[in-house]
Amino acid sequence: MSENIKQIRVALRNCGFINPESIDEYIAADGYEALGRVLTEKTPEEATKEIIDSGLRGRGGGGFPTGVKWDIARKVESDQKYVVCNADEGDPGAFMDRSILEGDPHSVIEAMAINGYCIGADKGLVYIRAEYPLAIERLKTALDQAREYGLLGEDIFGTGFNFDIEIRYGAGAFVCGEETALINSMEGHRGEPTFKPPFPAQSGYLGKPTNVNNVETFANIPVIFNKGAEWFASIGTEKSTGTKVFALAGKINNVGLIEVPMGTTLREVIFEIGGGIKDGKKFKSVQTGGPSGGCLTEKHLDTPIDFDNLLESGSMMGSGGMIVMDEDDCMVSVARFYLDFTVEESCGKCTPCRVGNKRLYELLDIISKGNGSNNDLDKLRNLGEVIIDTSLCGLGQTSPNPVLSTMDNFWDEYLAHVEDQRCPAGQCKDLIRYEVIEENCVGCTACARNCPVNCISGERKEIHHIDQSLCIKCGACFEKCRFNAISVS
Amino acid sequence: MAKVKSLADLKKMKEKLQSDISLRENSKHPEGMVRVKVAMATCGIASGAKDVMEFFTVNLQKRNVDAIVTQTGCMGYCYAEPTVEVKLPGQEPVVYGFVDIKKADEIIEKYIKQGEPVDGIIPVNYETIDKK
Ligand SMILES: Cc1cc2nc3c(=O)[nH]c(=O)nc-3n(C[C@H](O)[C@H](O)[C@H](O)COP(=O)(O)O)c2cc1C
Ligand code: SF4
Ligand code: SF4
Ligand code: SF4
Repeated sequence: MSENIKQIRVALRNCGFINPESIDEYIAADGYEALGRVLTEKTPEEATKEIIDSGLRGRGGGGFPTGVKWDIARKVESDQKYVVCNADEGDPGAFMDRSILEGDPHSVIEAMAINGYCIGADKGLVYIRAEYPLAIERLKTALDQAREYGLLGEDIFGTGFNFDIEIRYGAGAFVCGEETALINSMEGHRGEPTFKPPFPAQSGYLGKPTNVNNVETFANIPVIFNKGAEWFASIGTEKSTGTKVFALAGKINNVGLIEVPMGTTLREVIFEIGGGIKDGKKFKSVQTGGPSGGCLTEKHLDTPIDFDNLLESGSMMGSGGMIVMDEDDCMVSVARFYLDFTVEESCGKCTPCRVGNKRLYELLDIISKGNGSNNDLDKLRNLGEVIIDTSLCGLGQTSPNPVLSTMDNFWDEYLAHVEDQRCPAGQCKDLIRYEVIEENCVGCTACARNCPVNCISGERKEIHHIDQSLCIKCGACFEKCRFNAISVS
Repeated sequence: MAKVKSLADLKKMKEKLQSDISLRENSKHPEGMVRVKVAMATCGIASGAKDVMEFFTVNLQKRNVDAIVTQTGCMGYCYAEPTVEVKLPGQEPVVYGFVDIKKADEIIEKYIKQGEPVDGIIPVNYETIDKK
């Protein structure tokens, strides 16, 4: 690979290249050839082995080896099995799966059919959130085209293999991305997780063996057959093969969708591909893994990104959201933001998650208002650990991660809030004050004209004053003053 | 449309499709065509890609340029949407970022009609599976 090119497009091989509404363009780009070859040249066992050999691990968060999962579902005896594509994509800031479905829907359809052949299923279901109308529309068009060409339906490639796919809509609950909750939701029940085992591969949709994989996981499958398991395994690291798609967001210059080999460092992603931090500010932290993940810092920048390294650093791969933060971001606020999300999205089935996360949120709220004590910091940590240990599903088992990782990596910032009632990043509204620096004020009135609550008074060419009892700390005056006459403290 | 009944069918179809495309895009004249792809995923559309695509479609025809305008998915440069790829016959494709109507007009008049470079090109920053 050449010096400055860090990306390689495997899952995104067609995204942005072909017309997603044209099956002909997909076929011209080797589309459906993998399905044809698998059906005519390989037994289900051989095809599954190819996936095992590729080392592909699930891209939906857990990183479970895909081939092994298929093998388990393949070996379970049943009159009916199902293939499910998880397109719920609930992490805030993530849009990898949406982009794949909008840009290359046939790759997912082809992979689901291959999966059906491998495990012995003739029916596939795509669970997609209703907030993705364009992805749904393109997927529907693609399904119609595949049926028209005989690539879905009966006797595919003249081999006697039947397979078809239906779409199921989710209402956009984060917890419905968890596979057991997803299956409950597809069956028309409440979207609540259930205890595992039994795993979906044993008893899933309608009690039948079901293989659930993520959109991006599926998008990799056809390439593995077209280029070979060995080729795939040659990309990435030993234990995490292939590539990962990330949605780069936050305070970074090149916000966008990227795909890098596993083992690329955070530094390469943020500073080379991402073009560094916006407005020349200083890098502070990067959040990976969404509400289940953690915040990594400067010292992790040279860690090669793979499933195991991220876990070891106190975060996780998650589905691929990557939010970059700069010196102006307060880590206590960031933790509180994720907790707020979790409290909103917890299904409420089990107490540690339903009540525990609410208490965690309240503690963070107290701290960010400057009313916390050292005792509260201890409570935060203990409670977080208990929630991890005792929650029923992955949501609760990971929800304290943003809190614990920011405590580990930004302890000083927590201490500043608690001991000095100070927010070093100047973000926590209750801990900051905007004041006019009288020596610098020339009375230009810019601040007063821009204050949304009209709490700045002063005549033209005279020193202005802020009425602290009315100020909502929006920062408008600070931004508008060209004379450095407003201070934040 | 004929059904694909075997792997051989699919391969035949693929060869035909591929040669159609390369005929269209690579031979200079008379079939040589300009190909414009507009990234029309949610991110692109939100930044105005629909209007840009419409502008290319209408104006290339009006100005007598033999071209096909198609939509495609997200090219990954969400910070620079709308993004548009332009491929002149027999040349490597180039991707432009931040393409509004004014830029689109410049691309048609300068790059497509006269082959003159227009700034705003996003350099290729990835490898494809065929190269790796
Ligand atoms: C709270 C929670 C949310 C999840 N959300 C998603 C999701 O949006 N998309 C997804 O593919 N997997 C999600 N998962 C993981 C799924 O349970 C499941 O492991 C995954 O779909 C399996 O596919 P994979 O092996 O291809 O990754 C979530 C898990 C949890 C605990
Ligand atoms: S951990 Fe939370 S989301 Fe999961 S089952 Fe318990 S209450 Fe529901
Ligand atoms: S904008 Fe600055 S200089 Fe002008 S009146 Fe306000 S504080 Fe004074
Ligand atoms: S921070 Fe906002 S509300 Fe407060 S004085 Fe300045 S402009 Fe007015």
